[in-house]
Amino acid sequence: MIVANKNKIVEMANNLSENDSGAGRSLWRDARTRFIHNKAATVSLFVLISIVLFSFIGPYFAVWSNEQIDWNAMGIAAKVGMPSIESGHFFGTDDLGRDIYSRVIQGTQISLMVGILGATVAVIVGTLYGATSGYLGGRTDQIMMRIVDILMSIPYMFVLILLLVVFGRSIGMLFIGIGLLSWLDMSRIVRGQTLNLKNKEFIEAAKVTGVSDFKIITRHIVPNLLGIVAVYATLLVPGIILAESFISFLGLGVQEPSTSWGALIKEGAGTISYDTEWQLLFPLAFFVVSLFCFYFIGDGLRDALDPKER
Amino acid sequence: MSLLEVSNLKVRFETADGEVNAVNNVNFSLDEGKILAIVGESGSGKSQTVFAMTGLLDHNGYATGSVKFQGEEILNLSNKELNKIRAEKIAMIFQDPMTSLNPYVRVSDQMTEVLVHHQGLSKSDALKQSISMLDAVRIPDASNRIRMYPHEFSGGMRQRVMIAMSLLCRPKLLIADEPTTALDVTVQAQIMQLLADLQKDFGMSIILITHDLGVVAGNSDDMLVMYGGEIMEIGKTESLYSKPTHPYTQGLMSAVPRLNDSEERLITIPGNPPNMMKPPEGCPFSPRCNYSNDKCSNVSPILSSVDKSRHYRACHVEVERIV
Amino acid sequence: MSKQTILQVENLKVNFDVSSEGDMPWTKPKKLQAVNDISFTLNSGETLGIVGESGCGKSTLARAIVKMVPAEAGKVLWLGNDLLSLSNSETRQYRKQIQMIFQDPLASLNPRMNIGEIIAEPLRTHYPKTAESDVQARVSDVMNKVGLLDNLVNRYPHEFSGGQCQRIGIARALILKPKLIICDEPVSALDVSIQAQVVNLLMDLQKEMDLALIFIAHDLSVVKHISTKIMVLYLGNMVELANSNEIYQNPSHPYTQALISAVPIPDPSIEKNKKLILIEGDLPSPINPPSGCVFRTRCHKAQEVCSIEKPEFSESSSSHSVACHFSD
Repeated sequence: MIVANKNKIVEMANNLSENDSGAGRSLWRDARTRFIHNKAATVSLFVLISIVLFSFIGPYFAVWSNEQIDWNAMGIAAKVGMPSIESGHFFGTDDLGRDIYSRVIQGTQISLMVGILGATVAVIVGTLYGATSGYLGGRTDQIMMRIVDILMSIPYMFVLILLLVVFGRSIGMLFIGIGLLSWLDMSRIVRGQTLNLKNKEFIEAAKVTGVSDFKIITRHIVPNLLGIVAVYATLLVPGIILAESFISFLGLGVQEPSTSWGALIKEGAGTISYDTEWQLLFPLAFFVVSLFCFYFIGDGLRDALDPKER
Repeated sequence: MSLLEVSNLKVRFETADGEVNAVNNVNFSLDEGKILAIVGESGSGKSQTVFAMTGLLDHNGYATGSVKFQGEEILNLSNKELNKIRAEKIAMIFQDPMTSLNPYVRVSDQMTEVLVHHQGLSKSDALKQSISMLDAVRIPDASNRIRMYPHEFSGGMRQRVMIAMSLLCRPKLLIADEPTTALDVTVQAQIMQLLADLQKDFGMSIILITHDLGVVAGNSDDMLVMYGGEIMEIGKTESLYSKPTHPYTQGLMSAVPRLNDSEERLITIPGNPPNMMKPPEGCPFSPRCNYSNDKCSNVSPILSSVDKSRHYRACHVEVERIV
Repeated sequence: MSKQTILQVENLKVNFDVSSEGDMPWTKPKKLQAVNDISFTLNSGETLGIVGESGCGKSTLARAIVKMVPAEAGKVLWLGNDLLSLSNSETRQYRKQIQMIFQDPLASLNPRMNIGEIIAEPLRTHYPKTAESDVQARVSDVMNKVGLLDNLVNRYPHEFSGGQCQRIGIARALILKPKLIICDEPVSALDVSIQAQVVNLLMDLQKEMDLALIFIAHDLSVVKHISTKIMVLYLGNMVELANSNEIYQNPSHPYTQALISAVPIPDPSIEKNKKLILIEGDLPSPINPPSGCVFRTRCHKAQEVCSIEKPEFSESSSSHSVACHFSD
């Protein structure tokens, strides 16, 4: 006959309390550890941060501003416009004699800003829309999602170009055009996750307790969505940068003297047969490297926030 | 010679958080025509033991020791060699028949594939044998049902299909890993009855893995109790139920609620299942054992015999103090 | 303590609309009768066990009582008030008194909140003006009651074992000092030794706090141990209702008899000599249940009258009711 041994239980209790009190190991911390172990993602993060820092600090090292024209190099960029330290044109000049180093810095600033700000807006709008639609369900959900379907069937580029032509080309219009349509994917994804979460028992538990719908969405659903939102957000940024670059490549994006990666690449590609490769390579390198970084970070985030661990 | 002899089986897993010793020093043997039940709770290692035997360990799992089937070593054989043994000599059925059957393939195709691949039968012969096996597991209207997809069967029927599939090549050993855990109790009774009848007809040995002490009581000759990756007690089922000689076995028997009993309070085993990342020193059960002493928490006990009837237990405390 | 009737369920019906594949959008969906005409009473301090197999409607019944699923008909009288006739905001005040614990201990806790926040949530929801220190005190108090050390307050659910998670769920259910806790398969996912701990805990708390429990499970042994009376469901219908010992010693309904004989007893001498009452066949579809008595398609006693007339749920002796034309 086993008699519950009181001493045994006291001993076990003491063991437990010796195993430290204090803050628990939240799932975010676990995810951060896993992310750090992913070399590609961590390196990408450093590179990306370096690029961003470069775009802030770079101007202090510039000899020429982004508008200044070097009359010596104008027209004969192939002969005297190559990258050199002495001339101050670290990345060379373009055909008009403008300094590519400064232009690339400005391009970086603009492209990244459009990408990150655009993605932020898309994330916020998409998440709120999708979470509400998914949680409320029923007819409301159907209507909300049909609106998304209709908007999604609009040819993105076509509308963007139309807007820019009709309302004039400006960064503001670019934002509006991109922002109008890039939250749609996010809302679908968030709605899907919400539908998944809605049936989990901890949501049921909150409902039985009498927690209000609003609190359930903000306290229970959204925090559990952040994982997947973070992953898709990092994939949204390159998507938006690509869209902006394409528009600029067509000549409809940011206008002179402003510039972006897309515009710079367009110019560089145009003169590629004139022995002025640097005009293309520098902006292209920044463009490609940044995009790769975002993709690797997105991958790393997805692995770190593996749904298996919820 | 026993049908199956397992000696010093150890299974460890290499995980990102460290090494996990899932199974430690497991020794047992199984004769032809006998049913052995392996009982244990979470973390006991019961499933990993049979996965190691049949080569089903995850890629980060490593097994050492010896597993002799009909006198021949089968542990850590290559997949190619193991495939000759699987289905023909050793068959396995799992807990969730929905995930063990391919939902996109008709039952007829899944069953005939086994016969065509292992015994080289023609498709029509294979189909005939498959239908007669479905009859044997008491699926009504087998010749029509066999053309259906798994999701069109109920849970209990799917498990019967699994059993039929596993017996197609008349294996000598059937391993059933929690076969009825996901089923209703009346369906469980049907399936266990079916297994008992089939065992009499086909004469195979069965290893039955379960945590349900009621199922073990009615369906096994011998019984093996595992905890924290090690064997605590092994012997004839009747002996272990009437006179458990290990504190863990005794604890389990007292903790399970019985329909025919009106005890006011269940006698529990205090504490929680072991953390296999940081297993306790010495006997894995010692942190929760009421009889444990210093030796128990430092030295791992080895299996020693209790009496002459192949009844063994791993415990430092004398039998007299426990029974 | 006098026994006071706190819950009275009358003729509760829950239907679900199901549309099958290949239906046109305008086809009327079929009705799935999940819960069909169920009535019972529950007194304070009592435990009602509800048993049945898959598809019997026990989980749906629990959710209908707390208005998680809409009921087609019937009444749920909580302390005399029909919850089903109240609006959502009117029901809210009663939610303090009826709580629930769930089958999957880990899934019933928000993985992004620490357990202190999880346990405090009901308190903060219904009494938002409570001072923070009082909230902490109540949380500590209730954690001790369920056997959790309070220095674990900042830990997250995934750091605990199944049994501990279930204790956290119980603590959360207790913090508002409810009168009734509905337990939906609370121990099915736990190991045997942990099951026993949780069952004992629930019984202790019941005595201490004069709690009523509705205990839903498919494991008859556990249910019998904890329940005062047991209700047996089949395909959404009540087939038998009696005290726990009565049900085991004198099962009157053929389904109950088969159910009890199917439960394996941890005793080889009993098991090996047991005469099983096997039910053949499969559960009929709840969309198209059999006419008359729903169990007749699998009942060894079925006669013609069973397909014509649905048996009334009537008392065979004091506090023992059966729905069968040929009950023992």
